[in-house]
Amino acid sequence: MTVDTLPTTTDQLLRDRVDTLVNERLEQLVTERVTEQVAAAMKKDPAKNKVAIIASKGTLDMAYPPLILASAAAAMGEDVEIFFTFYGLDIVKKGGAAQLKVAPIANPAMPVPMPNIVGMLPGMTPMATWMMKSQFFAKHHVAPLEQLLQECVDLGVKLIACQMTMDVMGIKAEELIEGVEVGGAATFINFANDAHITLFI
Amino acid sequence: MTTTYRVDKFVDAKGQTCPMPVLMLAKAFKELASGQILAISATDPGSKADVSAWAEKTGNTLLEMVEEAGVFTFYLKKV
Repeated sequence: MTVDTLPTTTDQLLRDRVDTLVNERLEQLVTERVTEQVAAAMKKDPAKNKVAIIASKGTLDMAYPPLILASAAAAMGEDVEIFFTFYGLDIVKKGGAAQLKVAPIANPAMPVPMPNIVGMLPGMTPMATWMMKSQFFAKHHVAPLEQLLQECVDLGVKLIACQMTMDVMGIKAEELIEGVEVGGAATFINFANDAHITLFI
Repeated sequence: MTTTYRVDKFVDAKGQTCPMPVLMLAKAFKELASGQILAISATDPGSKADVSAWAEKTGNTLLEMVEEAGVFTFYLKKV
């Protein structure tokens, strides 16, 4: 070792050591800070215990899921809203829930196997509906739609009827069951905006 | 292992199907005071999953589930 090379080596060693220390500390600080920020963000989750459901179908089988899920969610303490639009409006018409039917045509999943084309014959829709209600639902003690709808009302589920489709289908507000409010797309979006669960049925 | 609980309220949901047992449970729970115990009997096999899901979501305690001859009895404690 010569005297004139000593300072350079020391300087280099020192710089390496400082770099290593700074890097280690920096990594530690960044990790801490990021963890803190993520935890804070998780705490500030803007979504709420809200369930927003759109009920757009007017057949017996498609009216069950929104009412079952809405009542169950309300029973679990969620703030629930169902937006009824198009054929789904039939669910909240006075006496409407009891009138909904099963569509046998173009439904290859009917519990009673039959050629699909038979579903087009006159009387097949009421027959399929009768069969579903009396043979399957009654046997398995499935709650009628009217009862589930009442449960929803009792549990405080907010029922909104779509104004535009009411107009299109000639349905007046007084034809709807009590407690149904009338609203539009913005009403639903405003509610669904911070809902954890949003369903289109 | 069955423990004997001092049941404050009993709900009979036998023969009821989804979502009725959970709705009946929620309704009955509203009338309970904190620390009280409710027992609910159901025959719907789906209630096994549903009652524990309800308890988890609402923060109440599912103490025990007893299955006997196709009847599920749940013991729940209100927080």
